[in-house]
Amino acid sequence: MSAALEVRGLTTRFETRSGWVTAVNDVSFSVSPGRIMGLVGESGSGKSVTGFSILGLIDKPGEISGGEVLVDGTDLRRLSPDALRRMRGRRVSMVFQDPMMTLNPVLRVGDQMAMAVRVHDRVSKRAAWERAREALEIVGIPAPAERLKAYPHQLSGGMRQRVAIATALLHRPSVIIADEPTTALDVSIQGQILAEVRRLADETGTAIVWVTHDLAVVSSLADDICVMYAGRIVESGSAGAVIAAPRHPYTRGLIDSVPSLHPPGTPLPQIPGATPQLSHLPSGCPFRPRCPRATDICATEPPRTGNAHMALCHHPLTEEVPA
Amino acid sequence: MLGYLIRRLAQAVVVVFAMSVIVFVGVYAIGNPIDVLIDPGATQEIRAKLIAQYGLDQPLWRQYLTFIANVAQGDMGTSMVYNIPVVDLVFSRLPATLELVFVSVCIATFIGIPAGLYAGYRPDGIAAKAIMALSVLGFSVPTFWIGMLLIMTFAVNLGVLPSGGRGEVGSVLGIHTSLATLDGWSHVILPAINLSLFKMGLMIRLTRAGMVEAMRTDYVKFARAQGLTDREIIFSHVLRNISIPIVTVFGLELGSTLAFAVVTESVFTWPGVGKLIIDSILQLDRPVMVTYLVLVVVLFVLINLTVDLVYARLDPRVRLKGGA
Repeated sequence: MSAALEVRGLTTRFETRSGWVTAVNDVSFSVSPGRIMGLVGESGSGKSVTGFSILGLIDKPGEISGGEVLVDGTDLRRLSPDALRRMRGRRVSMVFQDPMMTLNPVLRVGDQMAMAVRVHDRVSKRAAWERAREALEIVGIPAPAERLKAYPHQLSGGMRQRVAIATALLHRPSVIIADEPTTALDVSIQGQILAEVRRLADETGTAIVWVTHDLAVVSSLADDICVMYAGRIVESGSAGAVIAAPRHPYTRGLIDSVPSLHPPGTPLPQIPGATPQLSHLPSGCPFRPRCPRATDICATEPPRTGNAHMALCHHPLTEEVPA
Repeated sequence: MLGYLIRRLAQAVVVVFAMSVIVFVGVYAIGNPIDVLIDPGATQEIRAKLIAQYGLDQPLWRQYLTFIANVAQGDMGTSMVYNIPVVDLVFSRLPATLELVFVSVCIATFIGIPAGLYAGYRPDGIAAKAIMALSVLGFSVPTFWIGMLLIMTFAVNLGVLPSGGRGEVGSVLGIHTSLATLDGWSHVILPAINLSLFKMGLMIRLTRAGMVEAMRTDYVKFARAQGLTDREIIFSHVLRNISIPIVTVFGLELGSTLAFAVVTESVFTWPGVGKLIIDSILQLDRPVMVTYLVLVVVLFVLINLTVDLVYARLDPRVRLKGGA
């Protein structure tokens, strides 16, 4: 099966006072239709920037300096700005973290969604509202016709996030980038949305990149996992393999510090230190100063070890478990 | 909504009353107009007669009550200088000020908002920086000086526009205005530009700040992620949001320009109410001062009420209820 989204060597950097800082460093992964890929990392690991880079939505002082982003085989990086804009929303779409902020407070939900319909399809306003109503129905919003007439502040957070997801789904895109869409929601609502997203991926065949810092969410939702640290993917593989037998010491640390994945009654382990500043990365492996397994060789570039279950590490925890 | 309107108007009446007391007391404190108006050679007898005629021999509270009683009958008093009813006097001058302010506010809005939008859309461009520099000039250089420069350039050196005064007055739909004639326009354009510069600078900066802020919001990013063009984003999403503070400031500016276009009117000898009030203050023409200031209060109250109504129309989160 050919990938809905294939990212190769994507690199995004930002110009700061202390020079260029690479926020996304040679990131590669692919997602097949109907699959959910969890992109996991701490704040500042570059996971959100990766999401925005895929859509080509990096503003100055940032720039995408290299790599390919193939959606259904089309390299978005080679398109003209206007052709790229026409891909957005139609073939690749995005949902954001805070549903309170993603909808325009002064426009009715239906008007905002209709605008998103009509930017790509020349249909009447009424037809656009009808499409919006169908999309709300798909994401499980009751009484969608009334919801369309509402303003965002009249809807709950979970409802707004559903509206955002419905908006992203309007043109049945091949790929949706979901940037922590459940982080700002109640746990019960979060569960509903996750179930909804899983169902949508299965039914519509949309490939989803689920950006999150929450390993617990990803372990129950995603098919595959990429772990990011300091702008690089340090481990990738199937969700089961990565959670059950992590190979990178950083992933091990992340899993150990998730309360729900940890035996109760014992102190929760932590990863010592903090995420490094991208402008002052140590040489070699960026995780080296915090790593319990670090040795002298870690000051040199870490190798990619393993294939299906990759780890960017001199001292991976386990050999790759053959599939 | 109707309840809200009624409550607001009732509040307005209270404000106007309070204002009339303050103005009356303030004007009383300035001095005795008879000292200014009367021929110094007049006899004591004539003096006393005049003082009695204007009721100036009465205590303050009685003068005020007499004034209020007259106002209730639609009589705001008679100008001590021009010796005609104050209402006629003010309303003969008001149209000139209204047309001047109207033109200047249009200039400020139709140039200021697009310029501000552009400056906020491409904040690092050379054009944006030029716009911002001009906006700083707009509200930091004194109005009277720019007014004189305009006269120097267009009236004296180039000789293409008149240096002052109001031009020919024509009639459109029964309204007498100089905007109906070409000569009228040639007279109004310089003072209108002069008067608009400060407001334009304000509009530019306000619009730019709103635009820069709005372009960073999630709803704009979300709209971009849906493939909307920048044009659609600016005109459908951003403008609606940033128009809320702009309308507020616009209202305040409109009120203060109407009331205090004094400097520009003086420089261009424009026969508006601003010049009238300055003259009447100099001559202690009490009825004119009081009437004019009460009129200003009424204008401000009406403008603010309109702004609130527009505000509620623009922002669905605002509900008009209670008396706030």
